[in-house]
Amino acid sequence: MSLRRPAKNQPETFEFNSSSMEEANKIVLKYPEGKQQSAVMALLYIAQKQNDNWIPLAAMKYIAKFLDMPYIKVYEVATFYTMYNLSPVGKYFVQVCTTTPCMIRGANKLVEACKEKISDKENELSNDKSCSWMEVECLGACVNAPMMQINDNYYEDLDKEKATEIFDKILNGQNPKPGSYRGRLNAEPENNRKTLMDVKNA
Amino acid sequence: MPKLKVNDIEVEVEEGLTVLQACEKAGAEIPRFCYHEKLSIAGNCRMCLVEMEKSPKPIASCAMPAADGMNIKTNTPFVEKARKGVMEFLLANHPLDCPVCDQGGECDLQDQSMFYGVDKSRFKENKRAVPEKHMGPLIKTQMTRCIHCTRCVRFATEVAGVSELGAIGRGEDMQITTYLEQSMQSELSANVIDLCPVGALTSKPYVFEARPWELKKTETVDVMDAVGSNVRVDTYDWEVKRVLPIINEDINEEWISDKTRYACDGLLNQRLDTPFIKYNGKFEKASWSEVFKIIKSKFENSSNDKVCGFVGDLTNMETGYIFKEFFDRTLNNKNYDSRSDNRFLDISERENYIFNSSINGIEDADLIFLIGANPRYEATMLNARIRKAFVNNNTKVISLNDVGDLTYSYKNLDGQTQTIKTIFEGSEEISKEIISASKPMIIIGESLLKLHSAEHLFNIIKNFLKKNNKFTEDWNPLNILSCDAATVGNFDLGILNSELNLLEELKSNKFEIVYLIGQDNLEFNKKDEFVIYQGSHGDKGAEIADIILPGSAYTEQDGYFTNLEGKIQKAYKASYPPGEAKEDWQIINELAEVMNNRKLFNDKEELESSMFNYLKLQQEKRVTINKEKTTLEFQNEKLNIQLKEYYFSNVIARSSKTMIECNNSKLNIKSTGTEG
Amino acid sequence: MLKDQDRIFKNLYNDMGADVKSAQIRGDWVNTSELTAKGRDWIINEIKDSQLRGRGGAGFPTGLKWSFAPKEVGSRPHYLVINADESEPGTCKDRDILRFEPHKLIEGCLIASYAVQAHACYIYIRGEYFIEGQKLQSAIDEAYEKNLIGKNAAGTGWDLDIYIHYGAGAYICGEETALLESIEGKKGQPRLKPPFPALIGLYGCPTIINNVETIAVVPTILRRGGKWFSSLGREKNTGTKIFCISGNVNNPCNVEEEMNIPLKELIEVHAGGVVGGWENLQAVIPGGSSMPLIPKEKCETLTMDFDSLMAEKSGLGTAGIVVINNDQDIIKCMARIARFYKHESCGQCTPCREGSGWMWRMLERMAKGEATKDEVDMLGDVTNQIAGHTICAFGEGSSWPVQGLLRHFKKEIEKRNNLDPIVQKKNNIPYLVDQHLLDKKNA
Repeated sequence: MSLRRPAKNQPETFEFNSSSMEEANKIVLKYPEGKQQSAVMALLYIAQKQNDNWIPLAAMKYIAKFLDMPYIKVYEVATFYTMYNLSPVGKYFVQVCTTTPCMIRGANKLVEACKEKISDKENELSNDKSCSWMEVECLGACVNAPMMQINDNYYEDLDKEKATEIFDKILNGQNPKPGSYRGRLNAEPENNRKTLMDVKNA
Repeated sequence: MPKLKVNDIEVEVEEGLTVLQACEKAGAEIPRFCYHEKLSIAGNCRMCLVEMEKSPKPIASCAMPAADGMNIKTNTPFVEKARKGVMEFLLANHPLDCPVCDQGGECDLQDQSMFYGVDKSRFKENKRAVPEKHMGPLIKTQMTRCIHCTRCVRFATEVAGVSELGAIGRGEDMQITTYLEQSMQSELSANVIDLCPVGALTSKPYVFEARPWELKKTETVDVMDAVGSNVRVDTYDWEVKRVLPIINEDINEEWISDKTRYACDGLLNQRLDTPFIKYNGKFEKASWSEVFKIIKSKFENSSNDKVCGFVGDLTNMETGYIFKEFFDRTLNNKNYDSRSDNRFLDISERENYIFNSSINGIEDADLIFLIGANPRYEATMLNARIRKAFVNNNTKVISLNDVGDLTYSYKNLDGQTQTIKTIFEGSEEISKEIISASKPMIIIGESLLKLHSAEHLFNIIKNFLKKNNKFTEDWNPLNILSCDAATVGNFDLGILNSELNLLEELKSNKFEIVYLIGQDNLEFNKKDEFVIYQGSHGDKGAEIADIILPGSAYTEQDGYFTNLEGKIQKAYKASYPPGEAKEDWQIINELAEVMNNRKLFNDKEELESSMFNYLKLQQEKRVTINKEKTTLEFQNEKLNIQLKEYYFSNVIARSSKTMIECNNSKLNIKSTGTEG
Repeated sequence: MLKDQDRIFKNLYNDMGADVKSAQIRGDWVNTSELTAKGRDWIINEIKDSQLRGRGGAGFPTGLKWSFAPKEVGSRPHYLVINADESEPGTCKDRDILRFEPHKLIEGCLIASYAVQAHACYIYIRGEYFIEGQKLQSAIDEAYEKNLIGKNAAGTGWDLDIYIHYGAGAYICGEETALLESIEGKKGQPRLKPPFPALIGLYGCPTIINNVETIAVVPTILRRGGKWFSSLGREKNTGTKIFCISGNVNNPCNVEEEMNIPLKELIEVHAGGVVGGWENLQAVIPGGSSMPLIPKEKCETLTMDFDSLMAEKSGLGTAGIVVINNDQDIIKCMARIARFYKHESCGQCTPCREGSGWMWRMLERMAKGEATKDEVDMLGDVTNQIAGHTICAFGEGSSWPVQGLLRHFKKEIEKRNNLDPIVQKKNNIPYLVDQHLLDKKNA
C-alpha cells in the first residue's frame, strides 16, 4: 500500500441529507459531552454511505466543522484507516482477502477471477462502471477461507468458479446471497461435526 | 523526591521528571530525536532507549517517569545495541544527500549517526521517496528526509495553537503535511525549522545560502516588536544570513516569530549607504563634510525654537539619548518627541507605560483582560505565552473587542468604551471576577491610549485596581502592551515633550527644521520645512528629506533596547554599516562637533555611562513626583484596534521580500483550521 | 474431548438462534441480579479463582486486571471497553460470539461493568464486521427493551449503557491503547505506557479493556463457579477456549475445547486432518499470525495452552491455528504475513515503521531465491532490532513470525538463497552487487 490520495475530481460541496443528519446527531450523543470528536469515524462512514461509497474532501471539511475539529485531524483519520475510500469505487465494491490463511486455500484464484471478470487492475472500475475490486488484509473469517467481502457482506468458502458466478451476478445488478458457498453452517466443521450434536439435531 | 541510580550514580530528581532528565542530571547524555522539553512527549523515535533493572526490554527514557529505586544503565552493550538498531532503521530510508542538505553541520541525525551509525548500510532495498510538500513561503520541505518524530506537528498544535500540521497515512507511508498543502498560517510557523532534527523542514529564504560553520554568530536582541526576543544573528561578511532564536525563559522561551526571523533580508534592501542632498527634488550623493556643513548653516540661519526632532520606532537608547543631549545642549531646546501619534502618556510613574506583570507573570495570572489589544499581531511571543497559560492553567481570557483568532478561546465584549467604564466602576459581573481574581492582568493596548477619553479610562482602570488592592508587593496588574522596540526606552529617557503638542505644531507647519531619526511614521504635509532624515532605510522619512544621513540598523551597532516589560537588553553589533553609513550615535556626535567644535561624548563608553546615570536619576526623581490625578471628560467611543500591517510594521520589514511573500500567502485566509 | 455440557458457547454454530429468548433458554440472563448481589469482591475473587486469562492474545489474568480499577469512583467516571477488533490472521472466534452469542457478551458486559464500576461500555468492532455489528446492535436493542441493560439493568440496581463503535480497517486498533485513541476520534496509534489504561484510559478516565471472548465467558463462570472453570485444562491455563482451525485441513472450523488439548487432536478430530494426511504437515501457526510457527516434529505432542506453547518459544495468542502443509511454500507464507504487518504498522515509532517493510521485502526476495547468504542472519538481526524496541507489542507481533521461520526453516532459506554476497559480473541480479567491494577487487 502506498499513501492513499484523494481523488482528482472532487465535488465542490457536501452536506448531510436529512437521514444522514439524523443518524449523525444520534451518534454524537453516544459520547460524553465535549468528546464529540469521537464521532468522527462514524460520521465519515455516514458521508461515505451517502456519497456512493467514497469520501470527498468537502465531506471531511463538513465533518470537521460539524464536530469542531481542525481539518487536518479529520484528514489524518480518513487517510489512516483503510476502509475510507478517498476516491470513487464501484457500486459493488469487492474486497478479496489474500492474507496467509486465505492465501494457502487459494485466494489467488479469486484474484484471478477478479481480474478476468471485473478489471485488470485493482481499484479500477469494471467496464460498466458498477464494480471494482481490491486485495485486502485479513477480514477475520479464516476458517471460511478463501473469502471476500462485497459491500457489507461476506462470501465464504469460495473457489474460482464460485467467485466467477458471484461476479456474473453482480455485473448483472443482482445481489448474490452472502455466506458459505459450500452450504455449510457458519463455522462448523463440514460433515465432520463431533460437538453439540444434540442441539444440531434438536 | 524519587531517588534512583544512573550508571551507579545516585541522583535525586523532582517528582514528575522523566528518566531521561534524571540521566542528564547524572551526567549521562541521552540521544534523542522526538523528545523536546517544550513539547509533549511522543516517545516515537526510540533513540533514547536505556536499560532498566528488572525490565527485559530497554525502556524509552523520555517517556518513563523517574521512580524511586530505579536502576538505570546507559552505557552497557545492551543499550548500545538497541540504539544502533534504531539508528540503522532511521538511516535505512534516509537519503544520502547530506552534501546538498541545508541541515548539514547542524543535523541531529548526522551528529548522532557519528556515534551510533555504522559506516556501511545493510539496507539493500530501494529507498522510500516522498514528494515535497508546500508549506508556505518560509518552509522548504524535503520530506524524503523526514524521520517522523512529529515535533513539528506537536509544535503547531501545542505551542502555536494552530492545528494545521498532521501526519497522514500510516506505516512506512506516513507523511507530514499541512491540510492539502496549504501555507502554514501561524506567525510562529518557522520554529518548526529549528525543531526539525533533520533536513526535512529547512528555511526557504536561506536555502543553499551558507553552511553553519562559515557564519559568524552574534547573540543579540530582536527589534521587530517590543517583546525583545533573544536571537542569534548569523552573518557572512556584511550580510545577515539568518536570525535564530536563543533561549530566554523569561521572554521568548525558545521561539521567535516569523517576522523576527525573516525580516532580516530587509537589511539588504533599500539601504541608505551614503549621505544624500536633495537638489531640485532629486537626491544626489554627497560627502559627510558637505552635509554637515549644510546642516550647520541651516541651524545657524534659523532660531532654535523653530527646530524639532523625532525619534523612531527602531532607534536604540544610546542614539535616543545623544539625540536628546544634542537638543538639550547643542540646540538648547526641548522640541523632541518619540511619539508619532497623540497617545495618552503619563510618565510620572514608570508603571504607567510598561508591562508590569511581566511575561513570565502571564503564567501566574488567573484572569487576563485585553483592552484594545491584539497580542497575536502586536506581540506575537507574548501571545504564545498567553496561550501557554491558557493551555496549562486554563487561564480565563476576556477581550473587550472581538479580535479574531488569538489561538486560544476568550470571551469577547462589545468594544465600547462605555463597557470599560461600567466594568471599572465595579457594577458588572466582570468587575467581580477581577476583584475575586488573585492575580488579574489588565492588558491595555496602544489603541486605547489613542482614544479621546484615554486618560479618563486609564485612570479609572488604575484606580479601580488600586481600590481593590490588586497592586501587591509581588503583583502589578497594570500592563501596557507597547508595539515597538524603542517605545519604552524612549519613555525611560524622557524623549517626549509634555508641554507642547509637537505633532500638532508640526502639522500646522510651525517648524523650519525637522530632524528625524529613523522616524517614518509621521503624518504631516511638508511645506517649507528643511527635513533631515537619519536612518538606515530609504522609506517614508527619507522620501520627504532634504538631507539624508545614512545610519545603521540594529544588527550593525551596539545598542540598548528596553522591552515592554522594562527589561533593558543590549543588541550587539553583528555586522557593520554599509558603504559610507555610520553608527547613529557617531553621526550626532560628529554633527555636534561640527557645530560647536566639541563632541558631546568622547567615546561610546562615556555616552553609555552618562545614559545610565541619567536613567538612574530619572528613576529616583519619579518616586518623589506625586501628581494630583485629573479626571477628564468621558465620551463613549467605539474602540477600534488599529493594527499596523503585521508583515510591514517597520522599515526593515517593509524592505523585506520575504515579508511580502508572507503577506501574500495569507491574503484572504482567516487564521485557523476550523474556518471556511 | 470436552463434554457438551461443559461448553460455554452452545450456539457457536447458530443451531438455536441468537435472539434473547433463545439465549435465555440457554441460561443467559437467568438471575443476573443474584450474581451482582454477591458483591464486587465476590465477582473479582471468583474470576481470580477461575484463573481466567485474557482471550485476546496476551493472556493476562482477568481478575487481576479488574482489580487494578480504582476502588472508589473519583471525579472521573470509569469505562469498560470491549475489544472486538478481531483482525489477527487466523482468528475468527469473536465474530461468531458477536453473531450467535451476543447475549453472553452483553450480560458479561453488565457484570464486568458492575465489577469495575463503569456505567458506560463501548464495544469496538472492526469496521469490516458490519453485519456482525448490526446483529449485536439488535441484541443490545432487545436487551434495552427487556430492561436487561439501561437503568437498573436486569434488576441489579446498576445503570449501564452499551455503545458500539466501529473501527475502519486498522489492525493496530486491536492494541488496547490504540483502540482508545480510535474511540477518541484520532488515528489508532498506541499510547505510551505507563500510564496504564486502568488508571488513565478512555478520555483520561480509568478504563478496563477486555476481549469479547473473555467477557462472554464471565457469566457462565460465575454461574457454575470459578472452581468448575479451573477444573478444566491445567493449572494457570484453565477453562475452555474457542479454537479456530484454518489452512490446509480438511474441515476448517471453530470449536470450543478444553485448554491444554493436544494440537493433534484438534486437527485430526475436529478439523478432519491435514490435507494430504498428517505426514503432509509442514508447520502450524498456533495462535494467530504473530505467534512463531511450530514445525511438524513438535506438533505430534504439542498441547494447546499459554504455558506449554511458551515453552516452545511460541504462544497461544488468540488460538487461531493455521495449518500449513507441504504443498505450501513456507517462506512465501511468512512473506505474506510480513506484508500484512507492513500494511498494518501504524508508523508511529521507528523500528516498526522502518523495519516491517524491510523484513517483508527481504522475505519476498528470499522466497524468490534472490537474497544472499549473509542476509539470512541479517534478517534475524533486523527482527531482533524491532522486537522489544517499540511502543506497543506490534513490534514483537511482526518479528516473531519471522523469527519462528528462521528458527525452524533456516536451512530451507539458505538452500534457496546460497548466493555469495560478493558476486562479480552478475549485473543481472541488481541486489547482489556490492559495488563497494566489487570495485576494490577489480581495481
